[in-house]
Amino acid sequence: MSEQPKFKVTIDNITVEVPAGTTILNAARMIGGEVTPPAMCYYSKLEGSGGKCRTCLVEVSKGSEKDPRPMPKLVASCRTTVMDGMEVKNITSEKVLDARKGVVEMLLINHPLDCPVCDQAGECHLQDLSYEHGASGTRYEFDRRTFEKEDIGDYISLHMTRCILCYRCVFTAEQLTQRREHGILERGDHAEISTLLGKSLDNEFIGNVIDVCPVGALTDKTFRFKNRVWFTKPVDAHCSCTKCSGKVRLWMRGDEVFRVTARKDKWGEVEEFICNDCRFHRKSVSDWTIEGPSKIDRHSVISQGHYVGTKKQPVYIDKVIGKDPKLLMDIHKVSDVNRPEIELSKIDGPAHSDDFKKDR
Amino acid sequence: MEKLTNRSAPVNRDPMTFGEKIYLPAIAKGLSITIGHIFKKKATVSYPEEKRPFSPVFRGLHVLNRDEEGRERCTACGLCALACPAEAITMEAAERKPGEENLYREEKYAAKYEINMLRCIFCGYCEEACPKDAVYLSETIMPTNYTRDSFIYKKEDLLIPHPKMQQETK
Repeated sequence: MSEQPKFKVTIDNITVEVPAGTTILNAARMIGGEVTPPAMCYYSKLEGSGGKCRTCLVEVSKGSEKDPRPMPKLVASCRTTVMDGMEVKNITSEKVLDARKGVVEMLLINHPLDCPVCDQAGECHLQDLSYEHGASGTRYEFDRRTFEKEDIGDYISLHMTRCILCYRCVFTAEQLTQRREHGILERGDHAEISTLLGKSLDNEFIGNVIDVCPVGALTDKTFRFKNRVWFTKPVDAHCSCTKCSGKVRLWMRGDEVFRVTARKDKWGEVEEFICNDCRFHRKSVSDWTIEGPSKIDRHSVISQGHYVGTKKQPVYIDKVIGKDPKLLMDIHKVSDVNRPEIELSKIDGPAHSDDFKKDR
Repeated sequence: MEKLTNRSAPVNRDPMTFGEKIYLPAIAKGLSITIGHIFKKKATVSYPEEKRPFSPVFRGLHVLNRDEEGRERCTACGLCALACPAEAITMEAAERKPGEENLYREEKYAAKYEINMLRCIFCGYCEEACPKDAVYLSETIMPTNYTRDSFIYKKEDLLIPHPKMQQETK
């Protein structure tokens, strides 16, 4: 493969040499930083993904060295391969930024904007995208598309209203698991992700559709409503799993493991897919060997309250007065929150009113 | 030593005159200032009977709102706790069960909601952060107390009375 010809492509005035057959998006990812177009449906680990969401639209101002005419329309960078001498404009093009704004508005037309309820909030790609590229208002005046809630098993909850139809979960099930049990039903405006005849998803690796989903359409039922993402601390951990690599990210609070996900790279893509056992059943610290805190971008809300490199100051008061200082109030005796006898992370599904009814 | 400003006046160290030695003029001058204050407008009010008007931006005790049908507005999104600079707010969320639709507005609600008023600095960021118009800072002054645990306000303490089921107690 090293004999492949190299193509020179210029993206936002930065030139990079890439092998032939690379898409513009991947060439931009080689440069990295702001010139990389955002992608909602393209997933480098999934074959055939991309070309659906149109967020990665770029302007090709020069087709190639041999044919320097610009491409007539904006092209989807995840599906367009580079040519030698191609010049691409992403953030330097007014047209692209305007189109992206339109795409965000389009994606949000049927999105319920229930971020306060949604478990994906804080790590949602659609949230980031609309924050960075979208308009603050919508011009859409009609009712949003709604669906009847469908139960697809004990581990995954499906919120079809939040779906942007990126097909990532379909490709994941197709390429990762033995049998695909869900797909897109209907067409056009009526298209929806569904399992046929209310089947539940119970494949070995089906939990990865949660990580792959760019929005909160597929979320972890074992983590549902337990905590907000930004109040849990991501920790890299591994275990010896026979089915998968066992390299995961734990989302912890104190000693409680609230959620297990795969590790994600800087493009928000899963590094190594993990199995359902690791994801849903190993919810205590003793199951894992902890490697250390995960690196989180400091602009992310998840990094709030995570103080890196701080040292605990030594306490001398007990040495000075010769005894432990008297606590005027122990908050855990008074507080109703975080009661030790109610371990939210150990409850199978979301907590309900009767889970809190235990007397103290 | 060089003077920093020109405002300092030299102290007069001359011996006192007879008029200054008998002190009576100085006492009369002091008393006249004191008596003069009797006729001025009082700076205080007699508090429980008389109350000062609040500034329109006054931020007092928190309340948790209900909607028109008396359902709790809070969905335990955690944005108030995130915005809180004093980390005074904690909460635990739960899923609404079928049959509880008249209690909670959204499918997720705060099963436990707690504000530690000892930590709270009444900055009002929680009110600004709330996407559901659930938490408001009222015009009630934070009541004082002798014990510390009475400053941990639970959800029941913060919720406004139900418009239909509970009669407002005064």
